[in-house]
Order: sequence, then C-alpha cells, then structure tokens
Amino acid sequence: MDLKEKLLSSFLVFENQVDIDTYVHDVRNDAIKIFEEKGFPTKKEEAWKYTSLNKILKEDYSLFPQQEDAIDYKDIKKYFIHDIDTYKIIFIDGKYSSHLSQTTHDGIDVCLMSSALSKPKYRILIENYFNKAATKDSLSSLNTAFSSEGAYIHIPKNKMVEKPIQIIHFSTGNESATMLQPRNLIVVDENSHVQIIERHQSLNNNPVLTNSVTEIFTNKRAIVDYYKIQNDNSNASLIDNTFIKQKKESVASVHTFAFGGKLTRNNLNFFQEGERIDSILKGVTIIGEKQHVDHNTLVHHIEPNCESHQDYKGIFGENSTGVFNGKIIVEKEAQKTNAFQANNNILVSDKATINTKPQLEIFADDVKCSHGCTIGQLDESAMFYMRSRGIPEKEAKALLMYAFSNNVLNSVKIPEMKQRITKIIAKKLGVNIGFDL
Amino acid sequence: MLKIDNLHASVEDKSILQGINLEVKAGEVHAIMGPNGSGKSTLASVIAGKEEYEVTKGSIEFKGENIDELAAEERAHKGVFLSFQYPVEIPGVSVTNFIKTAINETRKAQGLNDMPAKDMLKLIREKSEMLEIDRKFLSRSLNEGFSGGEKKRNEIFQMAMLDPQLAILDETDSGLDIDALRIVANGVNKLKSKDNAVVVITHYQRLLDYIVPDFVHVLYNGKIVKSGTKELAHELEEKGYDWIKEEVNA
Repeated sequence: MDLKEKLLSSFLVFENQVDIDTYVHDVRNDAIKIFEEKGFPTKKEEAWKYTSLNKILKEDYSLFPQQEDAIDYKDIKKYFIHDIDTYKIIFIDGKYSSHLSQTTHDGIDVCLMSSALSKPKYRILIENYFNKAATKDSLSSLNTAFSSEGAYIHIPKNKMVEKPIQIIHFSTGNESATMLQPRNLIVVDENSHVQIIERHQSLNNNPVLTNSVTEIFTNKRAIVDYYKIQNDNSNASLIDNTFIKQKKESVASVHTFAFGGKLTRNNLNFFQEGERIDSILKGVTIIGEKQHVDHNTLVHHIEPNCESHQDYKGIFGENSTGVFNGKIIVEKEAQKTNAFQANNNILVSDKATINTKPQLEIFADDVKCSHGCTIGQLDESAMFYMRSRGIPEKEAKALLMYAFSNNVLNSVKIPEMKQRITKIIAKKLGVNIGFDL
Repeated sequence: MLKIDNLHASVEDKSILQGINLEVKAGEVHAIMGPNGSGKSTLASVIAGKEEYEVTKGSIEFKGENIDELAAEERAHKGVFLSFQYPVEIPGVSVTNFIKTAINETRKAQGLNDMPAKDMLKLIREKSEMLEIDRKFLSRSLNEGFSGGEKKRNEIFQMAMLDPQLAILDETDSGLDIDALRIVANGVNKLKSKDNAVVVITHYQRLLDYIVPDFVHVLYNGKIVKSGTKELAHELEEKGYDWIKEEVNA
C-alpha cells in the first residue's frame, strides 16, 4: 500500500476517533477530498520542478506513533533556547508533553490546538481563523484533514508579550519511520507583539517526515517575529507550509535558518489584506552532503502602500541542492507597492547545485519591485588577504561565509537566538571561532 | 632573515620573475623600486604565498627555512606580513574581529592560548592611537567604503597588531595624502627594531624620505638590475627609469 492509500484509509479511522464539533469535521472532510484528488505533488508541477518527494514517500511511515513520554529535559536541553525565560509548547511524536512545556492562559493563550479544537470557548475563534489562511494545495489539505494537535496561540489586543514562545516538535524515532502533521494556529490581535521560535527535531536517525501547517493572523498594527530553526538529522524531512495573513499597518517577519535535514521544503506565503503592511522574509541556508533545501515563497500584495522585503542567503557544499522560488504578485489595486527580493548564493563545491527563480506578476503600474539573484564562489582575493594575516583556509572560509549571511543574522531581534544561530553556523562550518562581529 | 635565490615565478604560464636574488638581514630596510609591470607586486605576493603564482625555479628562505611550499597562513605564523597595495573589502567582518581572529589563529599555530580580552583591548587601543585611528573606525566592516588612506592606515594598524618580523609594504604610499603618509611612515618607524626587517615596494621616492632605506634595488623585467643606497632612489626620482632600461638593454 503506498503512502497516499495508507493515509486515505487511516483518515476514516482517525476522523471517527476524534470527538469534535461539526465545523472542523466538515473542514477535514473537504480537505481529505482535495488530497485524494490531487495526491502528492510531482516534478511535473511547476512549483515542484526541482524538488522530488519520491524517495521520502517510499518509507513505510507510522502515522500515529505510540505515546512515549519518557524524555528527560537534560537530554534535549540543547534544542531549546534555554538561557532566557520563554513559554514552551513541546510535542513528542505529535503528542503534547506537559512536563516539558510551559503554557499560559494568563491574559494570553499559549496552549494546545487539541483543546482549541474541542473546547466550546474557542469555538468562535476556530470558526473565524482555522484553515482560513491555508491554501487548498494537496499537502496543506492533507495536514488539515489530520489536524488534531499543535500550538495554539492567541494574543488579545494591546499585549506586548515579553517572553518569546518556543514551539518544538520532537520525534523520538521509536518507530522505524514516523510521519507527523503538526498544526499551529497563531492569532495576534490589534497592537500586540509576539516573538515565536519554531523547531522540528528528531532524536535518532530513523526516517521522519513532517508535513506541518502554521497559520498566522497578524491583525491591525500587530507585530509578529517568527523564527524557524531547521537543523535536523540526516533522515528527517520537513515540508513546512506557513501562511500569514496581515491586516493594515501590521509587520510580520519570518527568518528561516535551514541547516539540515534530508529534504526541507518551505512554502512560505504572505497575504497582505490592508494598507501600509510590511512583510519580511529572510533566510540563511547552509547545507552539505546530499541535503536539499527548497524555499518557495509567495508575497501577495493586494492593497496599496505596502512593502515586502525578501533576503535569502545560501551556502551549498558537497552534493547539496538548493532551490529558491520567489513569487511576488502585485494586484492592480496595490499601487505604491515596494517589493524587494534578493537571493544570493555561494557554491562551495563543484557538485552542489542551486536553482533560483524569481517570479513577478505585476498588475499595478505605480510600483517599485526589484529582484536580484547571484551565484558565486568564495572571493579568492579575500581568501588570500585573510590567510596572509594568519587566518587558516578553513577559518577564513568560515569567516567569509558568516560575513555573507551576517545581514540576515543582524535582523534577529532575540540576542540569545542570534548567539545560538552563530554557534550552529560555526559548528556546521567545522570551526571554533567566535563570530562576534 | 630573508634570502631569495635565483627566484623564478610565473602566473598562468606567463613568466614574471626571472631570477631574483635578494638578501634582507634583521634590522635592515630595503626599498624595491621599478617601473610599472616590472614584477614588484608579484615579488611581494610570491613571498607572502599567493597560490596563483608558481615558483618555477629558485628558492625563498625565511629565518633559514625554505618557505616556498608553505601556505600563506603558515608564512604569516612565522612572521611574514604583506601590506596590500589594494586591501580587500570584506563586508560583514569588523576590523576588530578580523584582527582578533588573525592574532588568535597565529597564537594557536604557535601553541599559545587566545590572547586575554583585556590585553587585546589594550593592544588595540595602543596601536590605534599610534596610527591616529578613530575608535568608531574599528567597528566598521573591514575596508568596506574606506578611503584609500584609511585602507592603508588600516594595513599598518594590522601590522602593528601582528608585530611581524618581516614586513613587506606594497605601494603603501599610493593613495595617501601627505599627512596620512607621515602618520603611516611614523607608525612603521616606531615598529622598526634590530630584530625585524622591512621591505618597501614603491614607485616614488616620496615615502623613502620618511622610511629611510639602507638599500635600494631596481626591479626591471623580473630581475633586480641595480642595487645601491638611498642615493639611488634620489637619482631615480630625478632621472626616471629610462636610463636604467637603456643600461639593461644595452
């Protein structure tokens, strides 16, 4: 039985087990029909031309892994940003782990999707927001059909949330192969501000496939800073579908740090539904071996006087492959749009590949849109300059690569987070130098 | 300290250095002059270990050891320093962090621990004051958007920090106004001792008024065709290089 059939047949069992209201029930049933009809995307689709899911779909995934809650904090502490106080919503094999989490209902809701989907007091919010940003593509629909658990965050208006929120999805690898489909919903109301860090982490080398959907609603003048740390084991694959709806004068930023995993696909979608909105998409990708990272971004400018800023840096070594596909749509009404997109890449090895494609669809006539992509090697003259000052080749390379991605790192607003990322980069590049630039 | 013997070097099969002989002893200042394209900068790069240049014949000895097979960083660790004619811009790396990394990597190679932060700061303060470098300048990205004079001053600042035994200054005077030239030259003079040596590569005699050479060599067509004392530099300033070319070609 292939994975699609397996998913379709387990849907019936799954849907009968969960006791929830009819709204979500209907949404799920519609979603599974879409998945049934469309199936998994193939390379024949333009948006998947450079990324094939074939290999990772061949595993015999367990769809509902057994509960295994015997993980000690000390063993996984390193995956947390632990030197500052944060809220934590932690999942192990898709199940909520209360002893690792620190949630709250004190003025804000930092809790669980499962309770939001089942408790009457969340009903209106769920009906207003659940599956209202996600598109009807096959993978998001698949997630919607099976959506039962994940992070649920609601920040009511005029709240400045002091502590960042960490959402971490661990997979134990207790099963020989695991498929996870976390579903996160984040609603930030007028004038509120929140910082969120998301991570998916497998704890051994058994194959994991995560098909995640995160919906973020940034209401009037709200500010959301979202950070994704992707540094998983070599058999873990991630399809991240993130949808952000912004209302007027809001600012939403997503930083994606893609350092690892087997195959990573980031479908990052911004929809601007109001004036004077700012959308910020930044990423640093540093991969090697046979790793594959695909950033597929969409910024949909619908209203006038908005901005979007995209800045993606990629460093590709060994046999790795990178894809950047950045789509910007500027609707006819979206006059005075400023949309910027940059994708700069360094190929460190002859066998590494990058496919980069800007896609601009502009229907308004008074806009500023720019895009640029570069593919290069490390600057030889800079290398000689550094080495002649006593910095060895490997360290000189690392310093250049770090410097190359520095402007993305500089816009990280949580200092401890920035520090952590620089440490991961140093480790990734195999050097032991402080990058306190 | 430095002994170059019958050095031939080429880049992409084009022969540039065609039999250089030069000996520099501790405590000495040598000037290498010559017309454009004579091979001055190539000589500097070959001594510092630029990989594009291939040594086809001859040898370079530094402190009694043959260094022509060593990587650039290994030569630096032994005490060779090259001040670049065109210092490279490295966006995203600050002057301070760059020099810290350079010093600590050099110490690591010598089996020493990192320099304590306190000592590093003190050293940076001392050397930047000596070269009249503004503190704000040190947190800027290395050479990015620096004026010609700032770049050269920054080179000498790094030299002061690294305290090399052999400093090769490649056209350090180009792009400097007279005040900057004086500051840079004073810096070099303060660093000079009986234990180290300086090779000044220059087109003009101007810099040699400040950094007074013990010996002057004229490089032409990849060879040292004439050597003398500082008077030779004055003669070149007055008469140009044509008479040398004629002498050689005769």
